[in-house]
Parts: sequence; structure tokens; C-alpha cells
Amino acid sequence: MTTAFTPTPSGAHVRAVHDPFHGDLLEISMGPHHPSTHGVFRMMVTLDGENVVKLKPVFGYLHRNHEKLGENTSYLGSMPYTDRLDYFCSMTNNWAYALAVEKLAGQPVPERAEYLRVILAELTRLLNHTCLAGFLLQDTGASGTPLMYAFREREKILDLFEALSGSRMMCNYQRFGGCRIDATPAWLAAVRGIVDGYGAFLDEYEELITGNEILLARTQNVGVLSPALAVSAGITGPMLRAAGVDYDLRKVDGYGLYPRFDFRVPLGAHGDTYDRYMVRMLEMRESIGILRQALAAIPDGPIMDPKAKIRGFRPKPGEAYGRIEGPKGEIGFYLISDGTPNPYRYRVRPPSLINLTVLEDLCLGHTLADAVIILGSIDIVLGEVDR
Amino acid sequence: METPEQIQARLAARFPAAAVTLVPNPAPAGMAALLVDAAHARQIAFFLREDPELKLDYCSNATGIDWPEKEIVETTRSTLADPAGGPPRTIEQKTKRIQPGYLEVVYHLYSMARKHGPVILRVRTGNRTDQVTLPSLTPVWRSCEFQEREIYDLFGITFEGHPDLRRLLMWDEFTGHPMRKDYVEPDDYEWEPTPHEEVLEKAKRHYAAPEKEGTP
Repeated sequence: MTTAFTPTPSGAHVRAVHDPFHGDLLEISMGPHHPSTHGVFRMMVTLDGENVVKLKPVFGYLHRNHEKLGENTSYLGSMPYTDRLDYFCSMTNNWAYALAVEKLAGQPVPERAEYLRVILAELTRLLNHTCLAGFLLQDTGASGTPLMYAFREREKILDLFEALSGSRMMCNYQRFGGCRIDATPAWLAAVRGIVDGYGAFLDEYEELITGNEILLARTQNVGVLSPALAVSAGITGPMLRAAGVDYDLRKVDGYGLYPRFDFRVPLGAHGDTYDRYMVRMLEMRESIGILRQALAAIPDGPIMDPKAKIRGFRPKPGEAYGRIEGPKGEIGFYLISDGTPNPYRYRVRPPSLINLTVLEDLCLGHTLADAVIILGSIDIVLGEVDR
Repeated sequence: METPEQIQARLAARFPAAAVTLVPNPAPAGMAALLVDAAHARQIAFFLREDPELKLDYCSNATGIDWPEKEIVETTRSTLADPAGGPPRTIEQKTKRIQPGYLEVVYHLYSMARKHGPVILRVRTGNRTDQVTLPSLTPVWRSCEFQEREIYDLFGITFEGHPDLRRLLMWDEFTGHPMRKDYVEPDDYEWEPTPHEEVLEKAKRHYAAPEKEGTP
């Protein structure tokens, strides 16, 4: 068999293109192994001088058909796979999946487990936003130091996850109708210690970074997202709230025990990259407040519903869509059961992928260096984008 | 928020030509979905977005489902009186029928302005082979852009009116739709033409057939 070998025209390249309107342009394939793309993400960028006139994201380098894997294993078997979606936030992924299955089967959750879920979700939010702040500074060119400060705090929270679940990042902790392992008083005390120290870390970090002149110059009025476009494009999470739309699922859906806690939803006024950074910093302060309230009120009791079925779990036919406010946005799971041990349809609603819908709109007219910061402020994880 | 039945009644009054039916969901606390015909899907979507009562301005989730054709066995029971005067006999008759397969797209709609939802919208294709075109709802909700590309990629539903319908996750040269239930994986995903074939061909020509032993 003879086949002519032709290198694919879409491979990594830099080439000159001619456009009758713009004149001579430069087309750059940025990624999939570019350090600023936060993983294996590729952007086909067309530049006029240094300004972006066209930007097409290319996906799929990390695609392993997660949804097909979910359809071919049991409900419980998919739980560890959800860790691998957004590997920064395995606890919230677990919770979203557990919530969808609990909705499908009508499964109640005991109070202590709900408290533990809130504590772990808010710790995940702290961890994710801290890292995002570090990565964003890295993208602006502040090489190393801010990221290392962020990673120092992240390690402390990962140590907590490891102490509780046995794994730093792939926690596989939630179960349908509760949690896997109970938290000891010593663990709760350790959480209290970290929560008490976190405010001081944020103060220090903000003092160093937030008012920094270079950061302000690089991020303010860069990548402005209008509220109307944000709503239409299904943007969720801190990115949506930075555009000034008040929509937080912890308030709107009131899932878990969130109606019991007193917290505010920070909103941005301009929708630019700086607002996206600032909303996350403010959200972390609110998360500390929620953690304090949850740690003070957590009751004793069982962590699994005694009637919950772990093995041989077969929900009755039907479908359910469960969604929670993950650190990156709304993470949802859509499940259809046909009465067998495996779901008939298993769908993940990935916030990172849908938040990338507006990447081109945000980058048009800005320089290539700004496009890197805008991508950093969207906060993506490729394990979830490509699934 | 209005119940799906109320929305269905209002849609029936507003679009008399459209076929809007309710698909029940037997799960606990499950919501019925609105099944609309493909011809009116975009009009209805615009109506749901603009209606001041509903204001469903946010499409959270769009996904495809594959329903292959299914053999359904129906059992009918009839009782026959015994002419000899004994107890009546029950006779079971089994009839088989083929339920045609189709592909389905599900949209989960919420309202950010009014903070309610969801309303579940379903659209179905005619079959799984040649009538797989549906109207794209990307002009209504921009968030469908990548999700419909993903459905096109993995399920093979073509969306009419989509601004940029290309494969999203699989590569452009890929054939087939992996999320279909009858998809068969190839033996080697990574096979691609390489220069080796040409080199081997050349080598064959270069080293002609070996001389037979024994010839002078």
C-alpha cells in the first residue's frame, strides 16, 4: 500500500498570510506545548503587527472520551474518573457528580456529610483561586515568586486532603449519600489552623501584588467582557460575576447547606482582567468566612446515609441534571438511567470549555501578550476542556 | 416558575402549527421535558428567551443522546372460554415491533435575570442515518457554540445555521462518531501514512528478486 506522505497543513507553524482587508498578516500556531497555555491547548492566532485580528482555539489534545468511559462503568466506578476532569478541584467534581446521582435516586445525605462537603468545597475554592492568582502573575511575567507563594499555601491544603482521603489531588472522596471517611477532631483542628492563617497570607499577597503598578497597567481595561455577552455565552463562575452579573449557584440553587451560611457575592464593575483577578481575591475572603461558620457548627453523627446503596446500585429509570458552583464555574452532570448498573448517558457540563467560548471576543484588538493574560484570567484546566 | 404543562399550553397557543409534547421523567423530583419539532425549534427558543415571564437567557447544558432502534416485545393477554365448560384459559400473545432509532439533543435552560429554571428542551432527528439535520440554537444562545460542535463531532448531528461547524475534540480527518452506541473502535487509532511505505516500495524495486540457486 502506498500513500503519499503529506505533512498536515494545520501543524505548528508561523506563516505569512495575505488578507485583502488587513494586508499582510502573520499566522501563529500557539501551543499545544506553549508554557502560557496552561496545558495542551492551541490557539491559531492571526496577528496584524502585534494585534490579534483572529483567534481560533483548537481542542482535543487531551481527549479520552470521558463520557463514553462513564457509560461503560458503573455509577460508582465513574467517581474516581471525575477527579481527573479538573484535577485542581477534585472535591467539587466529586460533589457535583454525587449531587446528580443523589437527585436521580432520591438519596438523602446526613448533616455531617453535608458540612464536610461544604468545608472541602470551600477549601478547594481557596486552593484554586490562590493558584489562579499565581498563574496569572506568572503569565504577566512575574516569574516564579508569586506562583511559589501560591503553591506554598496550596501544599498546606493538599496536605489536608491527603490526611483525609489518602490522596493529594485525586481524592475520590464523596459517595452517593455521604462521604467515604470521617474527619477526626485533629483534622478539623488542622483546618481551623489553616483557615485562621489564610487571611494573613491573603493580606500579604495583596499587599505585594494587588496595587502593583505593572499589574494594573497590564490587566485593567484588558479583555473587557460585557454582561449581555457573558449571559448569552453561558459564562459562569468568577468570570461571570466579574462582568457584574449576580449569579452564584450557592445562592440561586441553595444546594447543600449553603442557605445556612452568611456570605456575600463579590461582583465586578468593568468585566476586565483585573476584575476577574479581584473577584477571586474577594471570593476567597468570603470562603474563609464560610469555613469559619461551618467549622463552628459541624455536628457529630453519621457520614453515610444508612440506607445508601454502594454496591449493586441501580437507580430507577429517569434522568437528572445536578450542578454546583465549582471554583471555575458551573460544573454539572447530566445522567440518564435505564435501570441497569451503568448510566445510559453520562454528560459533563464543563465550565472551562464553555468559558472559552468568548476567548476570541475578548482578545480581538489586544496584543498577543495580552491574549496570554486573558487566557490566564479565564482559568481553564485542560483535563476538563477536552475530557 | 411556570410548570412544563403551563409552558406547553402557552407554546401551543402561540405556535399552533408546532408540535410540542411533554416527555415525562420518572425520576424522583424529575421535571418533564418539552419535546419540540425541529422545524419550529428556533422560533420556540427565541420565544422562551424573550418571553418576559420566563426570560430563559442562559442555556446551561446542551448535549446529544443516541437512541438506537430497539426491538420491543409486547405481550397481550386474552382469555378464552373453554367450550367444554372448564375454567377459562388465558392466552399470551407476543408481538415484536421495531421502534425506529433517532438522535436527540437536550438543552437545559435557566434564567439568570429571574433566577429560575430549568426548562428542558428536546429536539429529535428523523432517524440516525440520513435525516440528522437540526436547527442550530447558537443564534439564540451563544453558549451552544462549542457544545453543538461537540455534538456534531461525537454524535454526528448536523446543525443548520451554526456559524462554525467543525469537529471540536476529534481531529478533522477522523471518521465516525464515537459517542454513538454502535460505534466500533478501530484497531489502531494512531495509524497514519508515513514515508516508510514509499521507502519500502523503492527498496523492493531496487533489490530485484534474488537470483535462483543453481543457475550458471
